[in-house]
Amino acid sequence: MYVAVKGGEAAIDNAHRLLAEARRGDPAIPELSVAQIRAQMALLVDRVMTEGSLYDPDLAALALKQARGDVVEAVFLVRAYRTTLPRFGASVPVETGAMTVERRISATFKDLPGGQVLGPTFDYTHRLIDFALAAESECEPAAEAEPRADAGTCPRVTDLLAQDGLIEPSPADDGAPVGDLTREPVDYPADRALRLQALARGDEGFILSLAYSTQRGYGRTHPFVGEIRVGAVDVAFVPEELGFAVPLGRVRLTECQMVNQFKGSGAAPPQFTRGYGLSFGQSERKAMAMALVDRALRAEELGEPVASPAQDQEFVLAHCDSLQATGFVEHLKLPHYVDFQAELELVRRLRAAFEETSDAAGMQEAAE
Amino acid sequence: MLAPGLADPVHDAQGTFRAVMDVLARPGQVRALTPGLAAGLAPPEPLTPELAAVALTLTDADTPVWLDAALAAVPAVAAYLRFHTGAPLTDDPARAAFALIRDPARCPPLSRFAPGTPAYPDTSTTLVLALDTLIPGTGLRLSGPGIRGEARMALAPLPETFATQLAANRADFPLGVDLILSAPGRVAGLPRSTVVTEA
Amino acid sequence: MSAAIAQRPEREPGYNFAYLDEGTKRMIRRAILKAIAVPGYQVPFASREMPMPYGWGTGGVQVTAAILGRSDVLKVIDQGADDTTNAVSIRRFFARTSGVATTTRTAEATIIQTRHRIPETPLSEGQVLVYQVPIPEPLRFLEPRETETRQLHALAEYGAMHVKLYEDISRHGHIATTYAYPVEVAGRYVMDPSPTPKFDNPKMDDCPALQLFGAGRERRIYAVPPYTRVRSLDFEDHPFRVQEFTQPCALCGASGHYLDEVVTDDSGGRMFICSDTDICETRVAEAAR
Repeated sequence: MYVAVKGGEAAIDNAHRLLAEARRGDPAIPELSVAQIRAQMALLVDRVMTEGSLYDPDLAALALKQARGDVVEAVFLVRAYRTTLPRFGASVPVETGAMTVERRISATFKDLPGGQVLGPTFDYTHRLIDFALAAESECEPAAEAEPRADAGTCPRVTDLLAQDGLIEPSPADDGAPVGDLTREPVDYPADRALRLQALARGDEGFILSLAYSTQRGYGRTHPFVGEIRVGAVDVAFVPEELGFAVPLGRVRLTECQMVNQFKGSGAAPPQFTRGYGLSFGQSERKAMAMALVDRALRAEELGEPVASPAQDQEFVLAHCDSLQATGFVEHLKLPHYVDFQAELELVRRLRAAFEETSDAAGMQEAAE
Repeated sequence: MLAPGLADPVHDAQGTFRAVMDVLARPGQVRALTPGLAAGLAPPEPLTPELAAVALTLTDADTPVWLDAALAAVPAVAAYLRFHTGAPLTDDPARAAFALIRDPARCPPLSRFAPGTPAYPDTSTTLVLALDTLIPGTGLRLSGPGIRGEARMALAPLPETFATQLAANRADFPLGVDLILSAPGRVAGLPRSTVVTEA
Repeated sequence: MSAAIAQRPEREPGYNFAYLDEGTKRMIRRAILKAIAVPGYQVPFASREMPMPYGWGTGGVQVTAAILGRSDVLKVIDQGADDTTNAVSIRRFFARTSGVATTTRTAEATIIQTRHRIPETPLSEGQVLVYQVPIPEPLRFLEPRETETRQLHALAEYGAMHVKLYEDISRHGHIATTYAYPVEVAGRYVMDPSPTPKFDNPKMDDCPALQLFGAGRERRIYAVPPYTRVRSLDFEDHPFRVQEFTQPCALCGASGHYLDEVVTDDSGGRMFICSDTDICETRVAEAAR
């Protein structure tokens, strides 16, 4: 006799064993080390840290190894681990103006104090497969840059613009505690800090597509890349019992300051406005996309019509998280046969009713 | 030297919570707190072990707590609660997530506590009262969600107008305050959904 | 004791009892108390990232973890069955992290976590039924905006829901909602019963057990206290009706149970069996004696 889905426990155990085997792959091929992933898949590690909301390159690399390279799965592992960590408080805001810059470019000025620093970038490479990489490769050391007289001073482009009042001032720290969307449910409308948290954790692909949509007219923001900078900053924390800041270490960040034209409104003079993006490691695409969407989400605050998806905070915030999205999409794999049964019965009933009426109509036609 | 908190923080809190959950879900019924729990707690007077157990189970840094005059008069009570829960104390009953009432006969009018808002009725105050008398089957008549037909509960000491206040609290549903009632060794509940009439 | 109670498993060290830290449990417990006090109202709570995916029961798991104690006996079902893969996975999670006893017997359980069904065996006063909820907002498919639906609940403005149901009637001659059929709780809030078939709606009304609902991804907890009026929305001329099955269960012969249709061959063969595996197995075993 047929009995529906029995033996779930054994099936799950076996699936787990198969997964472990598939993860390892051909045992004749040397196993990847976490250090190798961290060093050689560095941008992937950065993405996992950014969307996982946890700065720990080794952990992110391990998560990628365990997840067989599936980014969303790796982010999931990092997030699930993150929730189990005790929370001591919030750090002092990091000072990106004091960043040890390894890359820094501005699209709005030809040259500026501190210079344009290209750093490691794909930007000007020809995307030709380098077959030499298929073999083990030695690489030439990069040339040292000619030191500039103003090296080491790297003021933010937005600070330069602010001196002339051409750009809206950076919002002042009002001392109010910053919300934490991992600890409180989002209440709409969400303030900018919470929106930025959601965007930083949000799926890179989703944020990228939203940003792209603003460029194609769905909520235009007239953006210029004021500056992108990549480098390390100090993180400090003020323990209650000490009352002064204690350095905890350094993190690598990518910051994007988008400068957006603004014609002014009844309340504000014409000036440039800001869109802000920040990510862990080197994640320029993410930081730029985040900055564009941040600016788009400020539509209401700046008196612009809210007409496009990227300007609609309920739409963006409720759908940008890859874990929420993947969980709910993939949960359709779970059995739904009870509800399907209810729908089957309904569709059969509706079809029977439909056939009755069309039969009746057919009879009538024949009689005429 | 501070009096100790829950001897077994995980399971004592779970047991206390389940008793409180049960009585709020079934107004008119009385539950014993985990045997030995109340006896094991020796908070500074006049804080009762039952008030302390509920506070240690439900309050923390996210929940402003209001103390009635009897409790606020003794600094050791505030020190005990702060140390074991980390909850901020507030002077304003309308800002309190929880209010601890040691002297229920002088309980301020229920209307002085937070009733929540129409969009967020959960942003209301939960009052925890230390009563002497908490007897099911007699006294006030209760009906509403959680009650099969009608239940009764005798409560004392309370202000004379308390039944009227409870009726007014119910009239504003879904706004209103919820009550956790304690007496030595036991708890009961009166959520805002309960219709209360005098016997 | 029955063989259905599993041995009390060893709790895995390294995790707090029932996985969640005590601060998270407190936050969830406070939300549960509010949910009980305002039946049918969706209390926002700071849902945590759990080690299982959103949409796979994280809300129910968090509610269960917050109420679970050492002396509880836990039953987990999905589609009415204890042995569906996700039910197995969640039951194991609690066995590993709390060491509580588990059971497949409805009558023996003190906490039953469920997805998509309410057991056929009537629940009793000592029990808590925890539902996994995907979309807690009954008005969501009429109005996607949270800011709007929150106002509608605040004003008890449920006209749109009645219009939607009535459109069904004018089109099909009856209401064409077969699961997640909206209910009104204690005369005030309209509530989503989770995607249970409407067959189960009458079991929610005046139920002796406490019913708790957890939606992890959507960060909401709501409740129906025991002995509370739960009315399925309907119209005087079109009263609420549940699905009826024309034949009894092919395994245990029961009628009046919700049945799963099982395809038995590739030439249109079908059989109908109880979706509630516990009651079906119990009846089969009793008949064999």
